[in-house]
Amino acid sequence: MERQAVQRAKEAFMGGRTRPLEFRLQQLRALQTMITEKETEISTAVKQDLNRSQYDTPLLELIGIENEIQLAIEKLAEWAAPRPVEKNLLTISDEVYIQPEPLGVVLIIGAWNYPWALTLLPLVGAIAAGNAAVVKPSELSEYSSLLLRALLPRYLDKDLYPVATGGVSETQELLKQRFDHIFYTGSSTVGKLVMEAAAHHLTPVTLELGGKSPCYIDKNCDIRIACRRITWGKFVNCGQTCIAPDYILCEPCIQGRVVECIRQTLLEFYGADPKCSPDYGRIINQHHFNRVLGLMEGYTPVVGGQNDASQCYIAPTVLKDVPPHSRLMQEEIFGPLLPIVTVSDMDDAIRFINEREKPLALYIFCTDKKATKRMIEETTSGGVTVNDVLMHYTLSSLPFGGVGHSGMGYYHGKHSFDQLSHQRACLVRSLGMERVNLARYPPQDRRRARRVRMALKTPLIDMSKRTLVWAIAATIIGLGLLITLLVILLIAAGLNCTCWYWRGFYNYF
Amino acid sequence: MDTQSQVVDKLRSAFRSGVTIPEQFRRTQLTKLMSMIKDNEEQFLNALHKDLSKPKFEAIVSEIDIVINELHYAIANLKSWMQPEYVSKSLATKLDDCFVQREPLGVVLIIAPWNYPLHLLILPMVGAIAAGNCVIIKPSEISAATDGLIAELVPKYLSQDCYAVVRGGAEETKALLQNRFDHIFYTGSQTVARSILQAASVHLTPVTLELGGKSPCIIYGRIDVTAAAYRLIWAKFFNAGQSCVAPDYVLCSPATRDALLPVLRNTLEDFYGKEPQKCPDLSRIVSHRHWTRLMELLRRSSGKIIVGGESDEEDKYIAPTVVVDVAEDDALMQEEIFGPILPILTVDSLEKGIDFINRREKPLALYVFSDESSVVDTVLQNTSSGGFCSNDGIVYMTLPGLPFGGVGASGWGSYHGHWGFETFSHRRACMLRGWALERLNGLRYPPYTDKKLSWLRWTTSAKSGCSLM
Repeated sequence: MERQAVQRAKEAFMGGRTRPLEFRLQQLRALQTMITEKETEISTAVKQDLNRSQYDTPLLELIGIENEIQLAIEKLAEWAAPRPVEKNLLTISDEVYIQPEPLGVVLIIGAWNYPWALTLLPLVGAIAAGNAAVVKPSELSEYSSLLLRALLPRYLDKDLYPVATGGVSETQELLKQRFDHIFYTGSSTVGKLVMEAAAHHLTPVTLELGGKSPCYIDKNCDIRIACRRITWGKFVNCGQTCIAPDYILCEPCIQGRVVECIRQTLLEFYGADPKCSPDYGRIINQHHFNRVLGLMEGYTPVVGGQNDASQCYIAPTVLKDVPPHSRLMQEEIFGPLLPIVTVSDMDDAIRFINEREKPLALYIFCTDKKATKRMIEETTSGGVTVNDVLMHYTLSSLPFGGVGHSGMGYYHGKHSFDQLSHQRACLVRSLGMERVNLARYPPQDRRRARRVRMALKTPLIDMSKRTLVWAIAATIIGLGLLITLLVILLIAAGLNCTCWYWRGFYNYF
Repeated sequence: MDTQSQVVDKLRSAFRSGVTIPEQFRRTQLTKLMSMIKDNEEQFLNALHKDLSKPKFEAIVSEIDIVINELHYAIANLKSWMQPEYVSKSLATKLDDCFVQREPLGVVLIIAPWNYPLHLLILPMVGAIAAGNCVIIKPSEISAATDGLIAELVPKYLSQDCYAVVRGGAEETKALLQNRFDHIFYTGSQTVARSILQAASVHLTPVTLELGGKSPCIIYGRIDVTAAAYRLIWAKFFNAGQSCVAPDYVLCSPATRDALLPVLRNTLEDFYGKEPQKCPDLSRIVSHRHWTRLMELLRRSSGKIIVGGESDEEDKYIAPTVVVDVAEDDALMQEEIFGPILPILTVDSLEKGIDFINRREKPLALYVFSDESSVVDTVLQNTSSGGFCSNDGIVYMTLPGLPFGGVGASGWGSYHGHWGFETFSHRRACMLRGWALERLNGLRYPPYTDKKLSWLRWTTSAKSGCSLM
């Protein structure tokens, strides 16, 4: 069945329906309508999947999707237009530009933690770029997946944007088919399998993976504010965010204060018993519940630690003095456990981070601008937010993506469009001026060769200092000559005037 | 002699030490690379002649100059490429520093083919060095003289801690790929590309694949036959047809074919004389294996040879050959020719020609010869290819502003100029926030309310930025 859906999408794409910008705009508007009209249903589905509050879903997912759609609608004509580039002497009278083109059929595999954003944001890019797309939401966020399958065909073109559902085996079957691009959000382990499957067809991939995103708190910063921001970012969606601050790095002297501030903030956010707060989420399923709990086996938390298997509830939990080799520090937590690992200073923190795989996000809380700059320069990560968490994700002009094990490729805003387009290099010449070309044909001699070398040279204008000096000198001399000429003319005209004036004057007398 | 893994480790330590990060270091290495080419131009020309009988003109234009141009371009623009790119902000982030910082990836591997052994090895290397990476280059063993020369010269000019040459054949390359790299840049065939992608997936290594395919050349409508023939012949038989962007086959109407054939014959004679084998401006096939492959294609073809067809096994020579009456399922249409054989296929209409092209894999290059701009536009809009050039061949890749790369089966990723720098960089999104306005942040914290939500909607929308500030 999936095979047929993919085939239909391919045929619909080859028919050329997605080429006109008007069609793409219409589909984007329809998607926007779907989000607006069905916000309540979507929030309900997510509540059933993750017990997320009715505010969290619009806040964390829907607003972002709406902004992306609005941006795409506003900018589509600009993004899809040919982009002219620099020419050399040979091509001086030709049209030279980059034409963005659709790739074909894109496979989008979403994740369960933000089931709407992580499937629809790439879809916005795919539609804007003129592709067809097969959308495969995660089966773990079951209600959202079924709702998407019901809604999408009602608003978007049924053939071009089919929804495929199913588990691991269905996804494996889907991956055997040939796509023009695969966009996968999920774990590094599965990312490797997706890339391997894509290798068979030489299909390019975008992988939005994860990792352990470190969060460094400098001892001289405002710890209270830092902890408020970190607490928000860590425990939103019950810690199940790919860019959540995974663990804290700080010096032992402030560890106690950090714990206290987090405890205070948790009280403020979720009350004395987070289980009763409508704003606190749950773990997606039993398997992950067990996995997360298992990570802190053998350690006693200083905050939280309570859990309830029947609800997949784990309280916001903080652990201190966590050893680097513990289980908590071996895999991405993806849950509401916040370990604090102590380091001796910023250099130690930098070393700690660089010993590990490149993370998707890095967070630095520090008031010293120079030190912050140094930390950014001496580490690498998908993205960085300084003095806050998660926020670099919200700005669509910033490319969002990982590096190393945290992923490859970027998206958001124009980056989605570019990622899911082919940038076709175009040179449009005419058959005229063939005499100019003659130098490059055999039989060859030195003089011809020199002419060709000149024609192909770039940059067109040699910006070396010597030329610049000559250019400036020539301009000054030229201007000087011009001014002299003008002065001479003016004097000559003035003399004429004067003569006539005096003549008149003399005549008068 | 270090083992391959030791070489990779050594480069990784050098990278970790941060020595490749400063602009001065990268500029110096690029300048030294330029000196390496300029100081040894004669030796490179000789090596290229030994490997491919490459005529001096072709070698200068397509191997020496193109690399020197790229180096000039990179050195001139390096500083601006390395600058942080500030981006537009939303209302919520108006007071923040938001920019994209390009960062090196680490240790990258560049695997080059034999047809332009200097160009296709050094050009990507320019982008890799400019981006601040440590680089391992693996020249093709098939172009043995150039391979040896590169291995001898690179350590003499470039930093031996940061850049290394690894030599060997298929087995050594396979072993090399077991190591972990931060990017793999491969130019070559689709078959090998698949195994490279498999190896890369084990470590989640991003790749750039510059592959090939059959680049079609449509000749249609009103046309200046002489000019078209000149450019077509030049592009096709440059390097004896062994270019990934050579026009592989021609599609035209029967009438155009009839008009074209005598002109093609004359042009070939103008270029290479009556005895092309004696002409110093014609290359040879790189190896006996490839010579045999091409002769097999000719033998199995049911087309009619109307020009050329002569060959000399010892000299690895095949005359510039034009074949007509070629059907779609002919031997010559089964694989990329990569040789001095030009099949001409006829189609009844432009639409049929476009369908023909779209039925096949997306090519690396697509050419159209026509004096009618409507023909050019129609082909451009109804097909896809890595690159597109009308009324000429190959030259579009000399422009550093254009991204050079394939799509679909012809490749993944691109390079040249700034595109090379981007390919070998990570674009790190950076947002530097302040400590003030914590009250504004309060909108996003629990406990949640309707009012908080509607404020947030407004501050994070892209539009809210432009109107107020």
